[in-house]
Amino acid sequence: MTHRGSRVLHVGSLSRVEGEGALRLKVHDGTVTDARLEIYEPPRFFEAFLRGRSYTEPPDITARVCGICPVAYQMSACAAIEDACGVTADPVIRDLRRLLYCGEWIESQVLHIYLLHAPDFLGRASAIELARTHRAEVERGLRLKKAGNSLMELIGGRAVHPVNVRLGGFHRVPTRAELRPLAEQLKQALDDAWETVRWVAGFDFPDGHVEADLLALAAPDTYAIEGGTPTVLRADGTTASFPVRDFTEHVAETHVEHSTALHSRLDGRLHLTGSLARFAIGGARLSPVALEAAVEAGLGDPREGAVCRNPFRSILVRAVESVYAVAEALRIIDAYEPPAQPYTDVPPVAGVGHGATEAPRGLLYHRYELDAGGLVTSALLVPPTAQNQGAIEDDLRRLTQRAIGERDPDDAELTALCERAIRNHDPCISCSTHFLDLTVVRTSSDTSHDISGGCDA
Amino acid sequence: MAATKTRPRLAVFKLASCDGCQLTLLDCEDELLTLAGEVDISHFLEASSAVEPGPYDLSLVEGSITTAEDAERIRTIRAASRHLVTIGACATAGGIQALRNFADVDEFRRTVYAHPEYISTLATSTPVSAHVDVDFELRGCPIDRRQLIEVITAFLAGRRPDVPNHSVCFECKRRGTVCVTVAHGTPCLGPVTHAGCGALCPAYHRGCFGCFGPSGSVNLPALIPLLRRDGLDEDDVERFLHTFNTAAFDEELGK
Repeated sequence: MTHRGSRVLHVGSLSRVEGEGALRLKVHDGTVTDARLEIYEPPRFFEAFLRGRSYTEPPDITARVCGICPVAYQMSACAAIEDACGVTADPVIRDLRRLLYCGEWIESQVLHIYLLHAPDFLGRASAIELARTHRAEVERGLRLKKAGNSLMELIGGRAVHPVNVRLGGFHRVPTRAELRPLAEQLKQALDDAWETVRWVAGFDFPDGHVEADLLALAAPDTYAIEGGTPTVLRADGTTASFPVRDFTEHVAETHVEHSTALHSRLDGRLHLTGSLARFAIGGARLSPVALEAAVEAGLGDPREGAVCRNPFRSILVRAVESVYAVAEALRIIDAYEPPAQPYTDVPPVAGVGHGATEAPRGLLYHRYELDAGGLVTSALLVPPTAQNQGAIEDDLRRLTQRAIGERDPDDAELTALCERAIRNHDPCISCSTHFLDLTVVRTSSDTSHDISGGCDA
Repeated sequence: MAATKTRPRLAVFKLASCDGCQLTLLDCEDELLTLAGEVDISHFLEASSAVEPGPYDLSLVEGSITTAEDAERIRTIRAASRHLVTIGACATAGGIQALRNFADVDEFRRTVYAHPEYISTLATSTPVSAHVDVDFELRGCPIDRRQLIEVITAFLAGRRPDVPNHSVCFECKRRGTVCVTVAHGTPCLGPVTHAGCGALCPAYHRGCFGCFGPSGSVNLPALIPLLRRDGLDEDDVERFLHTFNTAAFDEELGK
């Protein structure tokens, strides 16, 4: 029982996550009393400087919140502003937006699977180290990731902060001929995505169970990506949904006692967005090929009620979603006929608009208020990681408590477990910064010499 | 055998930024494993949990300085780096978060946060070069993947990177893109913007919006009347120049 007593663990700089954060765990007499994911990235004040900008600018400006999911920001911004202006994009434009979004899903999910998450299952520090023993697998991952980037480069102009998105549609739409070579690349990618499903299905998964409510968009006849109705599956198995415009009536920040962190709550309870939530809410509407992949991955058939609540197994869901996104991109390309106009005009209207889309790591909500001249008077961005923080910490607490009870791990093992538990949820800390307050606890006198960032205890 | 040779040590650091420029390194899918064979990736938190202390032969720094801690941290990074290269508009020009430089940061803080007293931030967002010596600045929001490979290769080979500082107009001509301003009267910052993206926007029928900041020798005041002629009012022009390289374009306006 040497380790069971009281201790404080602190990881100054989390690795293999997007953005930079830290972790603090307090154990008192064998009981985990505090588990915190600390966000120390400096605030950038997007919601403040968006005021006074033209209503045409948020798609380009908010893309800069996150280099990993810029398309999600562009799509949620367009959805919210078009909502304010009472414009609905043409079906062909909606398909093209979905196609671009598929590129981001492929790029981001594959980045997480191969470069951030898989090394945990195989005991490596990085994908580069993994490539020494699993070269073919890592090369396959990079090839698949590249297919997602190629898709974004063709439709969006470039993979990070695409230039081609505008209100009402695109500046320029591709021809059928331009999409042909991309379709060939995606056919190879579909094989790679399938191989990815089979590969990750062979990993060993620790037990884990997320108790939080699961929140994702639902669409009537497809797996929701670029729009849908916020729908929640509660821990007791009941479901509920609400219109996007009521988002902030349901999802709210609350100030937790004895903590400086503001946590997001859904109707007063912890909630989780992202792959696990999407699979639970919309899994039954996956395409046949993705349903087949889900069964092969061992997730079961969501049409028969299969739900995955083990965050270690989220890598399986990301692999299935990668298959889905590649196949969906191929379907859209196959049916594509260029529209007569690359965009619908969106004249400014004074009012409020709401938009929500499924970023790779979960539901991203935007709200804008415009004046009659088309200037933004207020903006609100609620990123998925800000919503997930409470559920991630809850998960951390449960996993570490169980580990302490079962096998009394030393500090190094407990720290590694915590880092894994956080990576399971693919947090994007760059995104969440502006929404959360900083909970930096400077406990070390030599903090300023820690160039990795954050705080080392 | 290469294994016995000491490989150059590469480090990647992040300050206030979106992660997109360091992601560009991971987006070099065709080159990443080859690069990893040539260098020892000693510090790259997004990609590896194996973190080694300095000194580093080449440090790539993304992000701007917006906190007192980061102002201190960049000095420590500089001291640990033989070469320090800044990557992207945040690190080279302060980024979009430098819009605070023209506003009241306390008001910003109250607007975004329920408890502004918890937020520690500087009143300005400044480029890394305002704090320490920088060996090379690679522009862009985000940086261009090919240029990043060129910069890393050049530093490994001990030569200056071949990164021209002419304007986007040159790239449009080279690409054979019809000028969007001449042909369609579209407002475009191409004549005053640093090349590097490959003149993407005009190829997508859109005017350049200045992601790469001012080019080597520009006459920005001379472009303003053209922007006005093409339909932008005074406020539109102001917003057009005040995005990802706001501080750098503002400096050009004052020249």
